[in-house]
Amino acid sequence: MSSAVQARVRAVFKGTDFLQADVDSLADDSDLYAAGLNSHATVNLMLALEEAFDVELPDRLLRRRTFSSINAIAEALVEIGVKEDAT
Amino acid sequence: MSGWLAAARAVGVETASRHAKDVDAAARFPSESFAALKAARLLGIMVPASEGGDGAGIAEVVSICHALGQYCASTAMIYAMHQIQVSCLVRHGAGSDWHRGFMRRVADEQLLLASATSEAGVGGDVRSSICAIEEVDGRFSLAKQATVISYGADSDAIMVTARRTPASPASDQVIVVVPKSDCVLDGQSDWDTLGMRGTCSNGYHLKATGEIAQIIPKPYADVSAQTMLPTSHLVWSALWSGIATDAVARARAFVRAEARKKGGAPASAWRLAEAASLLQLMKSNVVAALRQYEAALGSEDRLSALSFAVAMNNLKTGSSQMAVQVINHALLICGLSGYRNDTPFSLGRHLRDAHSAALMVNNDRILANTGNLLMALREDPELLP
Repeated sequence: MSSAVQARVRAVFKGTDFLQADVDSLADDSDLYAAGLNSHATVNLMLALEEAFDVELPDRLLRRRTFSSINAIAEALVEIGVKEDAT
Repeated sequence: MSGWLAAARAVGVETASRHAKDVDAAARFPSESFAALKAARLLGIMVPASEGGDGAGIAEVVSICHALGQYCASTAMIYAMHQIQVSCLVRHGAGSDWHRGFMRRVADEQLLLASATSEAGVGGDVRSSICAIEEVDGRFSLAKQATVISYGADSDAIMVTARRTPASPASDQVIVVVPKSDCVLDGQSDWDTLGMRGTCSNGYHLKATGEIAQIIPKPYADVSAQTMLPTSHLVWSALWSGIATDAVARARAFVRAEARKKGGAPASAWRLAEAASLLQLMKSNVVAALRQYEAALGSEDRLSALSFAVAMNNLKTGSSQMAVQVINHALLICGLSGYRNDTPFSLGRHLRDAHSAALMVNNDRILANTGNLLMALREDPELLP
């Protein structure tokens, strides 16, 4: 998978308090829940992702695993049609 | 009726109902009921047969909670809270030798499990912890200011939530099984409340030590979303329906007695229809959510879906409000006979017990959480699942 989507996902975290850790200190496969992501923040993260990528996440992807790491989020976005080479 | 349900009903009729008034008046643990439930071997029924239990499912436990709620709400609530802990243990401890051994003890010795999830300083948010697991050489130590540990004094073990490590964020929690022999409970507050007085939900400063193996291997976030949240809301809603069921039974008996005396239905009879209709809604809600949970059981994705959390939250907030409404109808039907504490139609205890429903995990907190989740979801246009 391209790292471009991951980079855009990382940008969504900038300036938010979704995590307790700085997103730059995390690897693409780091557990975001261990970094302080809670259920309330997950919803706000989802809304921010929909805004940034101009997509709608279908209900079937609205589960804990989808938001468990930057890779998992990128995977879900690619699955619903986000282009891996888009900038 | 399953053998377990019949046995639970017998405990309700012969023991729980007989002592309910004294348990309530003295705010004491319903020891007679629990001696009888243990004698009927009803505490370990959810433990799998491979570990010495009966392998009963959540449906059996839900129907037992509903039955017990008709006789003594405190007994029903303690039984429900115990089974919430057992289901977490059974569903998330199966891969661990220590937990399988402990399940065997629950079944053999009929252990009563309590929980310490609430903590001073987190503002009632059980998905946040201040206390943390401190690990030294494969053993842990833990100190928690637990604002309530229901029936802590009479339990045999306590399941305690804490941050995974002292460096973990508040939401990165684990849950650990602590046998009472491994912990010290220092009483901080008593339990003199409006209702549910027999649950003896005192506050304690808990100190525990033990092996790291006692920690359930899964993150508490998963245990909570997949098991603790749905089972709590199911067993609670079932027992609240049980309280309401007995209130309607008393109202019906009152209407019948009046009709016999006066040769026709009393003016309040229409209200019985209203109460029965609400009660039917309550029961349908519990059964529909139970079926939804059973259908999701095989799939972690379905159990951790936001839409599933919303459905279970709605069950809780809806049932807790309807219980009070049903009992209010029953009270208006029975009039002063229901208001008095010394008639066969007395409803004071029912009403006081039912008022706890909106507060145990406060409905306002749940509704705010659900409202937040709903922002992410779209309406399901279908009628049938």
